[in-house]
Amino acid sequence: VSGKTPDIVIVGAGIVGSSCAAELAAGGASVLVLEGDTVGGGATAAGMGHLVVMDDSEEEFALTRYSRQLWLDLAPELPRPVEFERCGTIWVAADDEEMTFVTQKHGYYGTRGVATEILDSQALREAEPHLRPGLMGGLLVTEDCVLYAPVATRWLLDKALLHGARLRPGVRAVKISTGEVKLSNGETIRADLVVNAAGAESPKLMPDVPVRPRKGHLAITARYPGFVRHQVVELGYLKSAHGTATESVAFNVQPRATGQVLIGSSRQFGRDDRETNAPILSKMLVRAIEYMPDLADLAVIRTWTGFRPATSDALPLVGPHTQLERVYLATGHEGLGITTSLGTGRLLADQILGRPPAIPVEPYLPSRFAGASVHA
Amino acid sequence: MPDVITLTVNGRPVQVAEGDMVSTAVAAAGETSYRRSVSGQPRGPLCGMGICFECRVTIDGCAHRRSCQTPCRPGMQVVTDGV
Repeated sequence: VSGKTPDIVIVGAGIVGSSCAAELAAGGASVLVLEGDTVGGGATAAGMGHLVVMDDSEEEFALTRYSRQLWLDLAPELPRPVEFERCGTIWVAADDEEMTFVTQKHGYYGTRGVATEILDSQALREAEPHLRPGLMGGLLVTEDCVLYAPVATRWLLDKALLHGARLRPGVRAVKISTGEVKLSNGETIRADLVVNAAGAESPKLMPDVPVRPRKGHLAITARYPGFVRHQVVELGYLKSAHGTATESVAFNVQPRATGQVLIGSSRQFGRDDRETNAPILSKMLVRAIEYMPDLADLAVIRTWTGFRPATSDALPLVGPHTQLERVYLATGHEGLGITTSLGTGRLLADQILGRPPAIPVEPYLPSRFAGASVHA
Repeated sequence: MPDVITLTVNGRPVQVAEGDMVSTAVAAAGETSYRRSVSGQPRGPLCGMGICFECRVTIDGCAHRRSCQTPCRPGMQVVTDGV
């Protein structure tokens, strides 16, 4: 793409598509966003809205740190309904082995400029009095945040619209091919470039998108202000989130601005029904109560499910598609899309508009999967 | 004639008939804000049959109890105007 600024169609107005739209429109591109359902109504609305630096790999760390910084930079601009709170994350260590992970994580983050604080058993109790006694300690990542992602998404999309982008709501894309999108009403939209930002739906629109839906459950309570103060996650979460088990749960709770407590989390491959599944929901809540016994006295008012767009290496797909020309991917963010949406928007716009990126884009390029068994 | 029982609403004793719901005791105590909405608006019983959840109060330290569905007991401590 050279000469004039490109004419771009983005499929999907979740937080990733909206962030891409905001960056590309601000960079001078002519942008049209297609959304078949509610803006930010898919995985964006189903997730927790945790802005977190993760260190499962150097590449994951680089993208989450970069993205969290972009969120922190944006924070003063975010309107109140976005419910942005810098509450920090506490990674809870249940035993000595997990406490060694705390020390390792503290060192890893420290040498890379991310502020953390080691909490001993007593400091942990003081920070989160409802945690069960006898836990070993934890790591507080002080600048992690939470927000209400559907509203943040609408805000990002409105930013794109202010820069001249257009939104066509209520139109469902059914097929993406070179420089064009076919809609369910039979219409075809042509553009210089198409961006597939359809999350868990992205593989249904075109071949060779190595993304699988990974189902999750969440529960939210009535309002109990102050019951929990940080995003509190068991260190075992890392095993759950990045393990290859078909099914797993982990203790993960979050304070909402309303005083509600958001309770997670579960991960299931091979489930494509939207129904809440009582056995796994029950496992998830039992796990949460093991860590925070007083949760058992709170009233849960709603449970729901969602689908994370997962890749096999736990990194998103951000860049040109390997087979189809004039098609880019911005998908595969699994459970980190709220955090990494801003980094993704920036890195995608850098590639399309020919700007130097702030971090290397190579780890996230779809071409890393080229030659894999997708043609079998 | 049902027995008269005494409970407290926001620390003040209130007498009601046995079998009355907590929502009645709160009304008898002269309280009009049973709880506050997210945006701080006062809320009170709307449906009176356990569906709307607008009448929630704290009973004996337990928040979010539906006052219209909870029978009064002697010595119960009811607190209103919370979340």
